Parts: sequence; structure tokens; C-alpha cells
Amino acid sequence: MISTNPFRIGGIAAGLLLVLVLIWASIIFGLTDVSSRMVIDSIYRFDQSNEHIIIRDSRIPRAFIAAAVGASLAVAGTIMQGLTKNPLASPSIFGINAGASFFVVLGISFFGVASLNAFTWLAFTGAALAAAVVYICGSMGRDGLTPIRLTLAGAAVAALFSSLTQGMLTLDERALDQVLFWLAGSIEGRDLELLLAVLPYLAAGLLFALLMGRQMNVLAMGEDLATGLGQRTVFVKLFGAVIVVLLAGGSVAVAGPIGFVGIIIPHIARWLVGIDYRWVIPYSAILGALLLLAADIGARYIIMPAEVPVGVMTAAIGAPFFVWIARRGINE
Amino acid sequence: MSKHFIFRTGRASFLMNRRALQIVTGLVAVLLLMMIVSLGIGQLAIAPHRVIQALLGIGTEMERLVVWSFRMPRILLAVFAGAGLAMSGAILQGIIRNPLASPDIIGITAGASFTTVAFLALFSDRSNTLTVSIQWLPLASFIGAVAMGFLVYLLSWKRSGVAPVRLVLIGVGLSAAVQAMTTMLMVLGPIFTASRANIWITGSVNGTNWDEVLTVIPWILTLTIVLFFYARRLNMQEFGEELAVNAGSSVQKDRFTLLFLSSALAGGAVAFAGGIGFVGLMAPHIARQLVGSSFGALLPVSALIGGMIVLIADLIARTAFAPLEIPAGVFTAAIGAPYFIYLLYRSRNK
Repeated sequence: MISTNPFRIGGIAAGLLLVLVLIWASIIFGLTDVSSRMVIDSIYRFDQSNEHIIIRDSRIPRAFIAAAVGASLAVAGTIMQGLTKNPLASPSIFGINAGASFFVVLGISFFGVASLNAFTWLAFTGAALAAAVVYICGSMGRDGLTPIRLTLAGAAVAALFSSLTQGMLTLDERALDQVLFWLAGSIEGRDLELLLAVLPYLAAGLLFALLMGRQMNVLAMGEDLATGLGQRTVFVKLFGAVIVVLLAGGSVAVAGPIGFVGIIIPHIARWLVGIDYRWVIPYSAILGALLLLAADIGARYIIMPAEVPVGVMTAAIGAPFFVWIARRGINE
Repeated sequence: MSKHFIFRTGRASFLMNRRALQIVTGLVAVLLLMMIVSLGIGQLAIAPHRVIQALLGIGTEMERLVVWSFRMPRILLAVFAGAGLAMSGAILQGIIRNPLASPDIIGITAGASFTTVAFLALFSDRSNTLTVSIQWLPLASFIGAVAMGFLVYLLSWKRSGVAPVRLVLIGVGLSAAVQAMTTMLMVLGPIFTASRANIWITGSVNGTNWDEVLTVIPWILTLTIVLFFYARRLNMQEFGEELAVNAGSSVQKDRFTLLFLSSALAGGAVAFAGGIGFVGLMAPHIARQLVGSSFGALLPVSALIGGMIVLIADLIARTAFAPLEIPAGVFTAAIGAPYFIYLLYRSRNK
């Protein structure tokens, strides 16, 4: 749709602007009325009033968390779809979110882990483990990574980890209370600290992803051709897997397993800018941030005064899209 | 003596070879033995011969109480739920023609879980007691299972029919979405309901009473009988579209009916035993190794093996970490997922 580079750059600028607008909207809108003036005051002239506390401790963190997590999940999905040539690949469907969640709940419930740093590392371990299992399972055999095998392996790994997570939680009601909302995928009530703890990993993942565009383009032409052109495809794939683990693991550590962002966004990005990954990746990041910001704002209004976990919002938006992609056809 | 035992009445017919018949008989014996042993294991250990005495009503009062009132219902439920899930999986593997399909992977279990949790949330009052009879619960999960099966089927319909691959993919996607909705119900409800729902979703037969067992058994048995009238058509499905059509089978219509039966079986099992995972996947595979893939033999053998798997999982669940109870579904998942991976590995070049 957008085919010339000046337009593409313009699109990125406009997208970034829109992200800022939505971050602002995310701070302003909600159960407690907040004016723009109050937001500025809460930063520069903090007066301990309820509104100021809400702005500083709740609204601002969740706005930035939504942007960071949305961008990360979307880019993780883009890389996964590119590497596996499976249009349904994404951290939630392939069990990576479930693996990360399992390790985090294991830490909380069995080992009483409370440090943010430990959370992050547990999430990375789980994400890496799940990614490795799914990848190995999906790529065994003559035909390599067929979409159907990968999807099945992913669904099985996701089922395993979520069933083990639920099993642990049945033993520990206190932990259940603590992690239930988190397990649904939510960015409400998260500290800015939590984001800051994983931000370096998310940022590194996003940066590496942006740098990988050209290699992804080469790989997209096919394994044989890529090898012929001198690409060491194994390294590209390995590197891609590390990026996915950083992005998906980091996201789960902050926001819990939020699904479907990683499936939808890459398709929209490709529809907008075509197949060139040097553009698809940055567009995915921006669109992902926009989607999660919008979903999170919407989540506050559906059953006010309570809130819907944002993971449910993305699932509600994502499921019809998923069905549409699956119907459009997938090469076995 | 012919090699096959042929069963034919009116419209139903299937053949089972004699070896399969022997295997079925053997499995029934093993299952009964396992039930007797399992009835005796627990906080109050009872020797097998005393279990039999208690069953016949001649043991001590304490033993009769433990065997008949506490352990029997949950063991029967475990066996029947396992059988239902196993047959449901066998049907799905037949119609999808992918050995890795199962009611939990394509979302039927998730659909049942959702309506069940919704039922618990809607009809519980403030003190967490149900305002309507628990008898309605299986209806709720049945509706969820069948609606989900139907939805997946409908959405995978394109042009002239339903392609198995599309059915699996759409099932996986919808399953994830419905799980998110289930979690939402748990988040919004009080923590007590959430923890009950959580145990239930993972799958557990803890605290079963006779009312529940007597609701679920007729359900599964009726469906099983209906299913046997379809065993032959199920064999047709496995040939694949063209061959089956040429052989005179109305593939799409049968596929729909079979999907309905599969959902109904899973829904019945899930209603009381919860989402015990991977049984629908494992049992038909083990059965296929024992008796081959003709459904006349495959269905009963799958059912028996499914019953055994859940029985053992429940036995471990209630004894391994006693006095803590772990949902049986955790154990079926812990064994089932590696098994799934092994199957994936074994079928790698197909």
C-alpha cells in the first residue's frame, strides 16, 4: 500500500506521533477524571492528592508498559512468522508465553521469588525452553518446519505449560490471588520499576530486530537461495530465536501472557508496506504499541468500574483475525 | 474359525478380529483389577480381598463406607470420563486424519470449560453456593463443547467442505481466545470461585458424589452406543475425501455428525471431571498399537485405555502428595505432552 520510501518514513513519523497521542490518552482517560493540567502538575508539582498519585503510580506506568509490550510482542511475532514461514506463528500460539508464565508462577509459588530481576530471568528461561522445544519438534523430519506441525507442537507445549501452571495454583490459593490477573495478561497496576527492569532486554531485542531486516529478506527468498548468497542461515535463525525470547520473555515478565498481538500486527504491517522486512519490522513495532495502547484504554470502559484484562481484549480482537488468516490458506 | 468377528444388525456393522476381541476382554479384566486395587489405596488402606468383601456388603462398616461412598464414585467418574475423552479423541483423529488431533488441541475442551465456569459464575450466590441444581452442569459443558465444535466446523467451511488442516488451525486459534475469556470470568469473580474453577479447568475428580456419577454414566453410555452405529463411516473418513466419496460415503455429512458425537462425548466427560488434558490424544494411539486402526476395535480399546489413564492419574493425584490433592489433569499433561512430542518425532517423515 505504501510503496515509496519517503512515504514510508512519513508513515513512521505519523505512527510515532500517534503513539505519543495514545500514551497521552491512556494517561487521561479512565475511571478517575484527569485533566492535562493535572498530569503536568503531578510531575512537576506533586501534591500527594489522589489524582496525582493515580497519575504517577498507575496511569503513566501502564501507558508506557502498553507501548513497550505491544511493540515487543508484535516484533516477536514478525520475526517468528518470517523465520518459520508460518502466518500463524506468534508467542502465544506457539507456547512461548505459556512457558514464560509457568516459570514465573513456579518462582512465585514454590520458591517465594519476589525480586524483579529474578522474575525476568525466570520468564526468559521459560520462553527459551518453550521456543526450543517447539522449534525442535516442528523442524524434525524431511520436510522441515511445516506450518501444521509447528502449530500443533506449539499448541501442545502451550497446553502442557498452562496445565502445569494451573496445577501449581490449585495448591496455593494465595499465589492464585496474586497471579490470576497477571495470568490473564494485564498491564494494570504494574510498577514502572518492573518495566525499567526489563526495558534493557526489550530495547536490545527491538534494536537487534531492526538490524536484522536485511538478513530476514534474504532468508525469505528461501533457504537454498539464502545459503547460495552466502548467508549462514543457522546463525540468522539462532539470532532470531534469541530476539524472540528477549522480547516475548520480557513482555511476559511485565504484563503476563498477552495473546494475539504477535499474530495480527505482522499481517497488517505487511499489508501496509509490503514484504521488505527492513520496513515491516519498524512498522510492526509501532502498530503493536498502538494496538495495545488502544486495547488497554478500551479495557477500562467495557465493564466500568471494573476492568477487563487487556489480554482478553486482544483475544477478542485477534480471534476473528486469526480465523481469517487460517481460512485464507496456509501452505502445508 | 474365521479371523474376524463380524457384528451386523440393520444399519450398524463392524468387524473386529478375534485377537482384538481377546485384547478387549483382557483389558476389561485389567481395568476391573485396577479399580479394585485403587479402591483399596488411600489414607485407609484396604487389602484387595477386603475391598471385594466391602463391595459385596460383608466388610466392616467403615470399609464399606470408604469403598462405596468415598472412593467408588470418583473412580467410576475417572473411568467414564477417561473413556469419553478417549473416544472423542479417536473420532477426531479419524475425521481430521491427523494423529495429533484431540479435543483439547482443537478447542472442544476449552469451549466446555468456558460454559462451565460461566455456569458457576452465573448461578452462584454470595456465599458461593449454587442457586440451581448441579445436575444442570453437564448440560452447560455439553452446550459449550458442541457449540465450540460447531463453530470451529462452521468457520473452517470453505467452498465445498471442511479441510482437516483448516479445522485444526482454527480450533487452535479459537481455543486460545476462549481460554482468555474463561480467565476473565475467573478474574472478575471472587477468589474462591476462581480457585474452584481453576481446579476444575485443570481436571480433577476429587469430591465426586453419586449424583454426578449417575448423571455422567448414562450420558457416555448412550453416546457410545450411537457411536458404534457410526464405526464403519469413521473407517471411511480415514480413506480421505476422494476415496470415501467414491466408495459412496457422504463425507461431509458424516464428518459433521461425527464431530457432534465427539464434542458430546468430550462435553460429558469435561462436565464433571474437568479439562483433563491429553487423554484424548494418548489413548487412541496406544489403542492403535494394540489393535490396528479399524474403528470397530479401536473405539472400545481406546475407551478402556482412556479409563485406565485417568484412573491412574487420579490415584497418583490423591496419594503422591497426600494430604494435598493435585488435579489429575496435571499428571495426564505431564505424561501426555512428552508423549505428544514423541509422536511428533515418530511421524516426522510422514
